[in-house]
Amino acid sequence: MKKLSMKSTIINFVVLFIVFGILIVLCETGILSNYIKGILMVCCISIIMACSQNITVGYLGQIALGGAGFMGIGAYTAAMITKAMASANILVGDGAPDTLRFLIATLAGGILAAIFGVLVGIPALRLRGDYLAIITLGFGEIIRVVIQNLKFLGGKGFSEGSAGQALVGINRIANLYVVFWVMVVSVALMFTFIRSKYGRAIIAIRNDDIAASASGLNVTFYKVLAFTVSSFFAGIAGGVFAHYIGSLSAASFGWLKSTEYVIMVVFGGMGSLTGSVIAAISLSALPEALREFSNYRMLAYSVALIIVMVYKPTGLLGTYEISVTRLLNRIMGKKEPSLHAIKAEVEASKASEEDKEVQ
Amino acid sequence: MPDQIVTFILQVLNGLKIGSVYALVALGYTMVYGIIKLINFAHGDFIMVGSYALLYTMPIMVSLGMPAWIAVVMAIAICVLVGITVEKVAYKPVRKKGTNMSALITAIAMSLFLENLAQTIFGAAPKPVGTIFTFPDMIIGKVKVNGNTILTIIIGVSVMIALQFFVRKTRLGKSMRAVSEDGQAAILMGINKNRTITMTFAIGSGLAAVASLMYCASYPQATPTIGAMLGLKAFVAAVLGGIGSIPGAMLGGIVIGLVESLSKAYIGDLTGGVITSAFSDAIVFGILIVVLLVKPSGILGKNIGEKV
Repeated sequence: MKKLSMKSTIINFVVLFIVFGILIVLCETGILSNYIKGILMVCCISIIMACSQNITVGYLGQIALGGAGFMGIGAYTAAMITKAMASANILVGDGAPDTLRFLIATLAGGILAAIFGVLVGIPALRLRGDYLAIITLGFGEIIRVVIQNLKFLGGKGFSEGSAGQALVGINRIANLYVVFWVMVVSVALMFTFIRSKYGRAIIAIRNDDIAASASGLNVTFYKVLAFTVSSFFAGIAGGVFAHYIGSLSAASFGWLKSTEYVIMVVFGGMGSLTGSVIAAISLSALPEALREFSNYRMLAYSVALIIVMVYKPTGLLGTYEISVTRLLNRIMGKKEPSLHAIKAEVEASKASEEDKEVQ
Repeated sequence: MPDQIVTFILQVLNGLKIGSVYALVALGYTMVYGIIKLINFAHGDFIMVGSYALLYTMPIMVSLGMPAWIAVVMAIAICVLVGITVEKVAYKPVRKKGTNMSALITAIAMSLFLENLAQTIFGAAPKPVGTIFTFPDMIIGKVKVNGNTILTIIIGVSVMIALQFFVRKTRLGKSMRAVSEDGQAAILMGINKNRTITMTFAIGSGLAAVASLMYCASYPQATPTIGAMLGLKAFVAAVLGGIGSIPGAMLGGIVIGLVESLSKAYIGDLTGGVITSAFSDAIVFGILIVVLLVKPSGILGKNIGEKV
């Protein structure tokens, strides 16, 4: 088993390097315009955000509508840190220093978002279902209103700040190559988190929290953990966003923004990180490709969302993960080792769901 | 009478006015939640539908030589139609198949759909809504009360009394209460559950139309997102009063209205300028969080233990 996972790790890395190589070639030869690079950047941010929301919405099975609030915390924190470092002349300069500054600030944004995630999660996660959705929405809106009214987070920031204005003058030091690897590392970390014992505990809680707590899992701890991890990566996405866009306004972190990412999760499949990646890429890139129809974007999303909910309530991919290793095996005609086991599992879960319906 | 007291009375009246709007909207939330356990996120947008309906039917009615108040009836009819359609097209199929979560996502999607549809059809810019009723201002001593305020409070209170009578005394109202108490048992008693649900949506949307009339009397503008914040605050009111409880929604609405108006007026002085009136939305959501943490069943709600 260990050998197998080693092999698939190598395969995944090879594929990633090929993708990155293609990206470098396309950028350096000038085939990709700045406009397309911008779209790719937005794709990366959306991927981190959608995956982070998938941890609460998909794996924990609780709708949280405050994601954008945590993204906002990460964005403002990271922006203030780079501003502070720039004014103190620490790590300023093209190339490595700027990149390091960007990474430090983004990480700090993620950490602060995670701290707020714990603070919000402990009270909020006592509730579930509809109530959790509403309370996280409430917290998200409070974060937004507070950011909007803090003096040092508006205008030029710090002592020159004025409440109610957009924060301007953030160094646009997010480099596409770096952001690509930030995205890859974030997604990989989330993937390993979900596959770890913590992740399995979270999935167990989603399937039946009473049974999980009867088996000795500390439900509250794991719920808060999932929420914190999700907030951390939302903060990372925010940090990247701040250094890509260059100016921040609190209004762009309202609950509608959160729902946009939840839509991506739902489209991709609740409980499928690869699904979230695909959905994030297509839902960020499609509207750019169909510029004329941009007015109808949200209209089309909402209709599609209702249709998905009516016909496939778990999202397009469900909990299915796309795997390069499996694809390669299939191309080379090898039989999958555990296909039988997977089938049996699916049958069992179907049967148990039918039982639920009968009840 | 000193000036402070006059301002205080005016603020209280303002709170009652906006509170009765919240109460009417909260009633829609609470009735739907009581019967199908779904937070109808699109409910706030029914208000938006109502205000656009008022905006466009009023000139038609006037040009046809009919009194302007017929537009209100038309607006209610349109809202009821939209409410029933939303229920039949989106909620019913999802309710049959999916889980609570997919129903909630559908509701959010429906809200987005209505908002964006309105934006595509009517444009994002606010449009002025004409006034239908004019009520003379009242002057009692030093207190000069706006006619609209009195009218809004009167409409709100009378609708609430009528609704209470409907739910307590009529056959349909009783069946609504029965379905929300225990859906399966209600079916066994010969109640047509689906029709009752449809009727609940119809009444809720009708109330939203009345709320939009009252809201437009004070803030005469129709925008595609008029219902979003209003709906959320009304939802907070419903939770505060105890979701599923009709008197609770009324109480919650009034309380939220009073808190909002009084906090806008006094919070700056009370906290020495640290928290200003710009925080009023945060204060309302803060109330929500406190209620959910301290007593999730709300002031008048029943405590129901969870079934394993």
